[in-house]
Amino acid sequence: MTMETPFAITLPVGSSLANRTGSWRVERPVYVDLLPPCNDACPAGENVQGWLYAAEEGDYEAAWRALVADNPMPAVMGRACFRPCETACNRAKLDQAVGINAVERFIGDFAIEKGLGFDRPATATGKHVLVVGAGPAGLSAAYHLRRLGHAVTIYEAAELPGGMMRYGIPAYRLPRDILDAEVGRVVDLGIDLQLGHPVEDLAATLEEAKAAGRPFDAVFLGVGAQTAKRAYIPAGDSARVLDALSLLRSVTEGERPLLGRRVAVYGGGDTAMDAARTAKRLGATEAVIVYRRNRERMPAHPEELEDALGEGVKVKWLSTITHVAEGTLLLEKMELDETGFPRPTGETEELDADAVVLALGQESDLSLVANLPEVKVDNGWLSVGPDQMTGRAGIFAGGDVVGQDMTVTTAIGHGKRVARAIDAYLAGSRYERPARHALAGFDRLNTWYYSDAPRTVRPRLDAARRVSTFDEVVQGLDADTALFEARRCLSCGNCFECDNCFGVCPDNAVVKLEQAVRGEGDVFASGGAGRHYAFDYDYCKGCGLCAQECPCGAIVMEPERA
Amino acid sequence: MPYQRAKFYQVGSFAVGNRLLAPSERTVQSSLARTNSLTSGHRACQGCGEALAARYVLDAAMAATGGKVVVVNATGCLEVFSTPFPETSWRLAWLHSLFGNAPAVASGVAAALKAKGRADVRVVAQGGDGGTVDIGFGTLSGLFERNDDVLYVCYDNQAYMNTGVQRSGSTPPAARTATTEALGPEPGNVFGQGKDLPAIAMAHGIPYVATASVADLHDLEYKVERAMAFRGARYLHVLVPCPLGWKSATAETVRLARLAVESGLFPLLEAEAGEVVAVTPLRHRVGVEEYLRPQGRFAHLFRGAGRPDIVARIQQVADRNIARYGLVQEAGE
Repeated sequence: MTMETPFAITLPVGSSLANRTGSWRVERPVYVDLLPPCNDACPAGENVQGWLYAAEEGDYEAAWRALVADNPMPAVMGRACFRPCETACNRAKLDQAVGINAVERFIGDFAIEKGLGFDRPATATGKHVLVVGAGPAGLSAAYHLRRLGHAVTIYEAAELPGGMMRYGIPAYRLPRDILDAEVGRVVDLGIDLQLGHPVEDLAATLEEAKAAGRPFDAVFLGVGAQTAKRAYIPAGDSARVLDALSLLRSVTEGERPLLGRRVAVYGGGDTAMDAARTAKRLGATEAVIVYRRNRERMPAHPEELEDALGEGVKVKWLSTITHVAEGTLLLEKMELDETGFPRPTGETEELDADAVVLALGQESDLSLVANLPEVKVDNGWLSVGPDQMTGRAGIFAGGDVVGQDMTVTTAIGHGKRVARAIDAYLAGSRYERPARHALAGFDRLNTWYYSDAPRTVRPRLDAARRVSTFDEVVQGLDADTALFEARRCLSCGNCFECDNCFGVCPDNAVVKLEQAVRGEGDVFASGGAGRHYAFDYDYCKGCGLCAQECPCGAIVMEPERA
Repeated sequence: MPYQRAKFYQVGSFAVGNRLLAPSERTVQSSLARTNSLTSGHRACQGCGEALAARYVLDAAMAATGGKVVVVNATGCLEVFSTPFPETSWRLAWLHSLFGNAPAVASGVAAALKAKGRADVRVVAQGGDGGTVDIGFGTLSGLFERNDDVLYVCYDNQAYMNTGVQRSGSTPPAARTATTEALGPEPGNVFGQGKDLPAIAMAHGIPYVATASVADLHDLEYKVERAMAFRGARYLHVLVPCPLGWKSATAETVRLARLAVESGLFPLLEAEAGEVVAVTPLRHRVGVEEYLRPQGRFAHLFRGAGRPDIVARIQQVADRNIARYGLVQEAGE
């Protein structure tokens, strides 16, 4: 070997590159994208980690665009969602869950304030889809269908769009200007929204459209569950009994129903909480929830119960109403058997109440499909397959009408899934949900690297003030606190470019992408953010330090092939 | 700590880099422009802490001096694995003479540079714990006494690893090495021997002494940069876990260094002119057992009924460090 080196230099600089130490390796590191628990838990299928990644950089428009790829109504979500993402959040095991919902609301409000609009659909497919119901499921389906290039007509029975978002969620939780802004933006995509247009016989509606020369190629039924369930309670003539849905609806329509000073609410779901809090706002000095089981078995979300209790709402646990008379109720005490089912005890007590609000659940009015025998009904709900299609080809359903986990977020998720299923159906195929990535559990994280930072607690109006008005209760984040909160995201299972692998490799075998290929002189060109890294398997010895020190678990070691 | 950690970024405070940090807040190692002083193809074992630390330290020194560094290396793993003839992994001016004379050679290089009027070129000498605390100790003490303008860096893996894991003056008590077998009532290395070289360096009253670990890069780079701001003799002692000699998993190198620090067994400190001026407080204090258990060299302390008495003695060493340097601080980081 001849050496051309300057005086007193005995070895060519960096000449060890001739020694390919990659041959030592028995395991190789591989970059992976895992499913963060927040994404996994989101009923609307949001890429939470993905949009937080953009929000961390303060690029709220990019964050909003990433968010609305899955969910067109972030400002509504930021107020009405029960945030299963935060329940799942790995950060909860470290200090407290990331305030995902608060950031989502901030991003949604930011978009409204800046007047951001959706991208118009690039192509027109020539297909025409009927959406029945302008609630969260219908609007979500219409939005996604429109973005896929299909023409969409919505028939909505009510005079205003929004469904349960408008008629079921009180204004103190979801201000109407926010709802109007986000619904309006969906409709502005070029959706033909026909209000005050109930569909009573779907078969006839489809025939009329065909006869009129503008047939529907597919249908989505998102009619919700608009009818309050009743229970038979013996009542005296002058007893004031009404249902929670009617109460919430009439308040939305600007009425102030007379309930009296003492109001009892019968039921244990979120609607019961809303009804009790609404009664307080209407002037009741006492609002008492009567529920037949105990706190552990209550279907309402714990936070909703806490908020209600914080406003002075009282709860009579393990009680049923057996008789209603003017000014007084007869309650019977219950006890739970070993399966958790409430059994009467025969012991009774009286409760003073001027009115009783029944919040005993909702059901769907399915008379519109009575003339379509292939559309099956199961236990009061429409029966659908994994792609949300009913027994009749081309007719799909989602949201409350299929009777699963009846929340706004689930309905929005159904809308998205249905849009994809309809898109596949219109193209002559069947939609199959893509395989999910492996979950990024807490044990995959190296939490040492995450800075300790407490959660920004949303300031709340004090209870006294909030009870007397329909103003929004939970205040939002400002730009600084939103950024802080977004940056608490651990980015579970997805590289966020912390450079740890690039740094901790003893063999310089991690390259930042867009870096020049290693060559003579070992010169590196500039690399850029967002391009991640690659392993240089010529030199990687497979020690596993990169995988061990990756904060977010985005590197796995795989056995080297022989 | 005299420097401010970045706050409220996912990992900005402790990871190598972060896309959200201003470039000035990022480490040298996060940069594409880092020197890669020790490049690929070297023959260090998988997961070598010393190879990692040498690149960390020298890249930081290169960044702090605008690339004007001459390195003098003692004999040891670092020299052997980086320069098997006819290859070298070094990408800076580097020379090696003998096991025990690296400080003397560095003094000579510094003198030559001074004679040539090249005060801009800085000298870094480096070696393992064997070459530093034992074999090169005399010449190192001379360098300190003369206050020659050299930064001496000891990469401490706590034994002679290259020759087969023999005990050095830096081997911790109870550790098994080839010359301190885990036999008899007092298995492994004895208690009460060995040298605390950072303290000895401080006793020379030289301008700057610091300890660092491969587990805290921001801290390490800060200390190298700080050292290069002084003229005269400076000493940096870096803990570098060795998967071979410590009988630990190759992927655990950084984690073990972190546990050594967080247990209090390896305090991170800075001293100027013989006085401690700053310590890095423990962030998540752990007991010594958490540090000792993953290491095969301490396996005899946990086999069968184990030796909780010896573990307790090691815990006392950690507790003494924590009290002596005030490593547990009340509020915040």
